[in-house]
Amino acid sequence: MAVNQESGFLTTKVSDFLGWCRKYSLFPYPFVTACCGMEYMSVSSAHYDLDRFGAAWPRFSPRQADLLMVVGTISHKMAPVLQMVYAQMCEPKWVMAFGVCTCTGGFYNNYATVQGIDTIVPVDIYVPGCPPRPEAVIDGIIKLQKKIQADHHSMFGPKSDERN
Amino acid sequence: MSETKKNNPSPVLDQLIARFGEAVQIADAPHGDTVIVEPTKAAEIIGWLKNEPGLDFNMLMDLHGVDYLPRDPRFEVVYQLYSLKHNRRIWLRVQLGELNPEIESVVSLYLGANWLEREAWDMFGIVFSGHPDLRRILMYEEFEGHPLRRDYPFNKRQPICPPLTKHL
Repeated sequence: MAVNQESGFLTTKVSDFLGWCRKYSLFPYPFVTACCGMEYMSVSSAHYDLDRFGAAWPRFSPRQADLLMVVGTISHKMAPVLQMVYAQMCEPKWVMAFGVCTCTGGFYNNYATVQGIDTIVPVDIYVPGCPPRPEAVIDGIIKLQKKIQADHHSMFGPKSDERN
Repeated sequence: MSETKKNNPSPVLDQLIARFGEAVQIADAPHGDTVIVEPTKAAEIIGWLKNEPGLDFNMLMDLHGVDYLPRDPRFEVVYQLYSLKHNRRIWLRVQLGELNPEIESVVSLYLGANWLEREAWDMFGIVFSGHPDLRRILMYEEFEGHPLRRDYPFNKRQPICPPLTKHL
């Protein structure tokens, strides 16, 4: 747990509490463009059950979501759409790159494919694999939860993250 | 399929040569009846194959461009026709030069050719004259060049969104 030198006891406790609340109530927005979507269905439904980690309910409006799961290859033609969806999400928000195509472009090293979505939106957690196993996605969710808990959360105003 | 080979030409090829003569050349292909067709005659021949009683090639299975870069007639357009009535296929190959790869559209014969010709234009820059709406279908409007041409640099990227300057 990172304690800011300038923060007092109460501020850090509020931050810890908000982090604890936020990490167990992730609302994913599945931005599914390709075959990784099958793996996303598996991980989000009963067999692997992301609900156990508080990240179950997919919201199909970016305005109601706080975790953007980018699942599948993003082409240059699709990139402005992804940026628009990211911009529509309210703070605080996190981004998961699901599958190797979103992490680096994967084996689509060609004219059409974005070579890693971190060139167009900021990414918090990378889950490589083609497609990643559901266990890998769950591992990624847990790592993201640790990251959220370690962040500083303010009761008012935007998340004190430098990415905007 | 293997009995319809060069040694034993099929009745369709016989009819084609009897009708069009020099404009049609039989090509040796392992997959079936294949002819190389004069570019100026291609649309006429396809229309004849479609409408001639007894042939009835009423379905355009596929239409695609090919780039044989070092070769002199650089581009090729391949039409694959199918006759639902006779369960018979034929491949037509049209060779086009590098400077002005242009060929008559077959959208008036097969509506399905619309998007196929747009794809061949998008990927190879082959112009289909008479096409009702010849614009890109896979790539975005801002894209420059034709990505499946063999002289398109394999590592050239044309992103719409400028890359992020600030990283986490």
